[in-house]
Amino acid sequence: MKKLNRRAKTLLLCLCLGLLLLLVYISGLLIPEEAYAPDFMAARLSPSLRHPFGTDTLGRDLFWRTVKGLSVSLTVGIAASCISAVAALFIGIAAAVGSKRVDGLISWIIDLVMGVPHTVLIILISFVMGRGLKGLLVGIACTHWCSLARLIRSEVMQLRAKDYVAVSRRLGKSGGWILVNHLLPHLLPQFIVGLILMFPHAILHEAAVSFLGFGLPPEQPAIGIILSESMKYLSAGLWWPAVFPGLTLVLIVFLIDKLGDNLRRVLDPYSAQE
Amino acid sequence: MPLEAKNLSFRYERGLPLVLENIDFKIEAGEVLALFAPSGYGKTTLAKLLAGYLRPCSGEILLNGAPLPEKGVCPVQLISQHPEKAINPRWRLKKVLEESGELREDMLSAFGIEKAWLERFPRELSGGELQRFCVARALLSGAEYLICDEISTMLDVITQAQIWSVVLSEARKRNMGIIAVTHNMHLARRIAHRVFDLEKREYI
Ligand SMILES: Nc1ncnc2c1ncn2[C@@H]1O[C@H](COP(=O)(O)OP(=O)(O)OP(=O)(O)O)[C@@H](O)[C@H]1O
Ligand SMILES: [Mg+2]
Repeated sequence: MKKLNRRAKTLLLCLCLGLLLLLVYISGLLIPEEAYAPDFMAARLSPSLRHPFGTDTLGRDLFWRTVKGLSVSLTVGIAASCISAVAALFIGIAAAVGSKRVDGLISWIIDLVMGVPHTVLIILISFVMGRGLKGLLVGIACTHWCSLARLIRSEVMQLRAKDYVAVSRRLGKSGGWILVNHLLPHLLPQFIVGLILMFPHAILHEAAVSFLGFGLPPEQPAIGIILSESMKYLSAGLWWPAVFPGLTLVLIVFLIDKLGDNLRRVLDPYSAQE
Repeated sequence: MPLEAKNLSFRYERGLPLVLENIDFKIEAGEVLALFAPSGYGKTTLAKLLAGYLRPCSGEILLNGAPLPEKGVCPVQLISQHPEKAINPRWRLKKVLEESGELREDMLSAFGIEKAWLERFPRELSGGELQRFCVARALLSGAEYLICDEISTMLDVITQAQIWSVVLSEARKRNMGIIAVTHNMHLARRIAHRVFDLEKREYI
């Protein structure tokens, strides 16, 4: 009974976190632009009930700007980590199943990508692709698949050496059949957890690159942009434009990380029985 | 349709000593041959070679005069010494049996496999119960030769007798050859027509 409780509790937690993220995402889509439109009568207001996070020098409400910004971050995060994770799955399997050459080539590319700091690589790719959302997405997607691909490669190698896979081959099953029926069910939990744990990285990189001015355009209400603007006024005593958006970003990233960790515990059949 | 090993040698890796050296033997369709040797003499290795799990370093394995087919259902099926490793832990046991062919009611009841077990996962059954699934799976594949690698060491005497009687009657029905790997001379003499001693390289 106790075991079941713990599992149920974790699942409940995951559900709550998921709902919260969904709420942020949807409200970011739905809020009208007027909610964070400039209003010079209300510039530089410190946090109050009407403006929970205060307003910036143009009089834009920072709470709604932050929500909108987070929603953009989540979109970029989801898209980039999905692309990245699917790529990692294919590349990992290809490395494990393919010839020595393919494996060598893939691990060379992985070493190359992992050898350069992510932020630098994202800035480069984003710059080449013409900045904006597309460049940022491609940049993040291209840099985050490596460790998951490695994990999947070694997992597939181990699975292929199992007795039941050898038996399956001798029972006349094709490589594709074995991949779908024997290997993928084992890889799925790893894949999902890897995907979710990739997510906070993607969001942080998005914010960092936008902060540095190489990502999203300055008129977009993104967290990185808000933070980079707030830096200019920090010395003038405007602390709230930096603190609140920054804190919410950290909180969201922390929550997603927790979600991934908990989900791993639920999905992993071995620790699930603890 | 004889199955024969000709001048078979095998080592696991370059640099390691030969596990098997110049092994010769032959089994006819419908025959039950016991393969007898003390522990560590390469019984499992030979069984894996014969079923095509490993490739010999030299020599050849011929089924009816031709090498084993690479593709499709192998006519020589091996039942492993370790049933828990030969079954995917994430599969329900029904799927394990269906991997090799249509379920057969009569075979399930002959092996004492209960209906409820089919919906369970491998970790919810004992080693002996899993072994029955492995034996049934090998039989369902329609093999011409069955290599049983110490399949009954983990079973009690009654279950052991039950499983062997099903296997032997099925073998008679289909004129199937059986190689029973064992280090139990008593069992070997009871079920086999001939006993091959891997240590002395002779039939006894
Ligand atoms: N994968 C492997 N790599 C290297 N050496 C191995 C491997 N498997 C077995 N051996 C060696 O080959 C020899 C024969 O092993 P094998 O498992 O065939 O013996 P066996 O006769 O089946 O023994 P048992 O009765 O205990 O099952 C042993 O000395 C063992 O150490
Ligand atoms: Mg053995």
